[in-house]
Amino acid sequence: MPNRLHPALIGFAVLVYLFLMGPLVIVFGAALSDTTFLTFPPQGLTLRWFERIFEIGAFRRTIVTSVEIAFLATALALLIGIPAAYALNRYRIQLPAWLSTLFVLPILVPEIVLGFSLLRSVAVGQSAPIFLTLLIGHTLIVLPYCVRVISASLASFDFSIEEAAISLGSHPVKTFFTIVLPNVRSGVIAAFILAFITSINDVSVSLFLTGPGISTLPIQILAHVEQFFDPVIASVSVLLMLLTVAVMAIVERTLGLTFLAK
Amino acid sequence: MTHPLAVEHLTAHYGTTKVLDDLSLSVGAGELVSLLGASGCGKTTTLRLIAGFLEPTAGTITLGGEDLTRLPAYKRHIGLVFQNYALFPHLSVLDNVAFGLKQRGIATAERNKRARAMLERVGLDQLADRLPGALSGGQKQRVALARALVIEPPLLMFDEPLSNLDAKLRVDMRVEIRQLQRANNTTAVYVTHDQEEAFSISDRVAIMHQGRIMQLDTPEVLYQRPANAFVARFVGFENLIPMKVTARDGDDVTAQAPGGVALALPKARFGDIPDDFVLAARADGLAVTADPDAKGLPATLGLRTYLGRAYQYQCETEAGPLIANGPLSSPLEPGSTARLVPVPDQCCVLKPE
Repeated sequence: MPNRLHPALIGFAVLVYLFLMGPLVIVFGAALSDTTFLTFPPQGLTLRWFERIFEIGAFRRTIVTSVEIAFLATALALLIGIPAAYALNRYRIQLPAWLSTLFVLPILVPEIVLGFSLLRSVAVGQSAPIFLTLLIGHTLIVLPYCVRVISASLASFDFSIEEAAISLGSHPVKTFFTIVLPNVRSGVIAAFILAFITSINDVSVSLFLTGPGISTLPIQILAHVEQFFDPVIASVSVLLMLLTVAVMAIVERTLGLTFLAK
Repeated sequence: MTHPLAVEHLTAHYGTTKVLDDLSLSVGAGELVSLLGASGCGKTTTLRLIAGFLEPTAGTITLGGEDLTRLPAYKRHIGLVFQNYALFPHLSVLDNVAFGLKQRGIATAERNKRARAMLERVGLDQLADRLPGALSGGQKQRVALARALVIEPPLLMFDEPLSNLDAKLRVDMRVEIRQLQRANNTTAVYVTHDQEEAFSISDRVAIMHQGRIMQLDTPEVLYQRPANAFVARFVGFENLIPMKVTARDGDDVTAQAPGGVALALPKARFGDIPDDFVLAARADGLAVTADPDAKGLPATLGLRTYLGRAYQYQCETEAGPLIANGPLSSPLEPGSTARLVPVPDQCCVLKPE
């Protein structure tokens, strides 16, 4: 008997999967429904709600904004995060232990608090443009992921390799790009993907920082849902999901998803 | 191509802790000098200071007359071999070896030719296209050696290069390192905590302790004539017996050991003996005999162990606990009394501290 799974265990596993997959199936179904209101199971099948997304200007604009913000925030976070992670690991002995915690703080602060404080201090306080404020907010929330993931990669990097390169006549800055960076490549890619997904799906911070004329896709979905109850919401959710899945698929292909679990 | 290294009055701190204390060291052109000592003695710190990875608080480092003290590490052109090999994991064996030549702006064809020739010398030309991850420890260290040698450095430094290898390979590799260093006539500094390794490979050895060199000399002199109690203990003189000279006549000096026994020491072996001195002896240097009239320290024998070539005894004497060897032909029982007779060739005289 020890090799046979208990029927109750199988039943439980099925329930867990249903619980996880259920909402996705419902959203998928609703997106295909040939009705003018959200419903499940779908009544009739159509793809017109996907076309409809692109007919609504607000969706078109916010998709572009979301992707722009996600790319720029991720790039910025990597620009800050890579050197930070490098310094935290390279000088681990000399640096105080709390310093690495500092870079994880944005995760520990509730995003809603972060969003609100950015609204008060940057958007209102400094009257910064909306796009810039959004960018700062997103950079802040994705930075911890970048630092953590790249740190994990650097933790197993043997810094005497760097010293070997320097002793062979390679300038320290050049050594960073030719020796250190190629060896933490997978960490940088993983950080990029995690950060990108986190940014593109973010609601709490964006909620406070979006304003007239500029919004992100998740916020636009929220706004749309307040006024309409048509299947566009479901189809745009599916689109957002597919975007995330596409990014995950790239990771799976290049590095394997097990990498993210590390 | 080969240059002498001079380190003068080098002092270094980690924070407020002094880790190197006014250390001076000169290594002749083509000479191999080992820095030998327990961990924390400052040997690796010295190496890192010479390599330029640490900055000294005082002192100078010159190589072939050029002052390196404030020169950044990447401009020093010192060949380094690390304990954990430190090969570039993402580069092929050939590219690893060619790396230093690339930094010097040597064209691809030429540097690959030179790197291949160097790989041939360490017997790894067959593995040129592999990645380091696919090599064994010994092969990795050969690549590291080739990588350091191919740039024809004026100075080659080794940081415990054999510690990660198994015992048999360690012996083979150290012979290989010595042969390559000799053949290239490269000045070399070799850091290790392994006495046998240091003695077998070096022209001279610096025995270090608490950031200072306790003695710098040839392995022969260190082994037979340590300059002080620390070095004596380090090279295996287990017994340090305080003595006092009572008479100097003819070829012998008569000295009194604790407990009042007078021993005769030949001047020919010991030279000048101060009035107060310490007689240092290995276990082999104190012969255990049951003869009560022998000119030796009276002792009560304790535990006996079998060494293959002799029996070793833990002894209780007026001079404290001592370790001495006795012949296999006449084993003595624990608890019996015996005499420990110094064997002049196996002893040396130290100044008291």
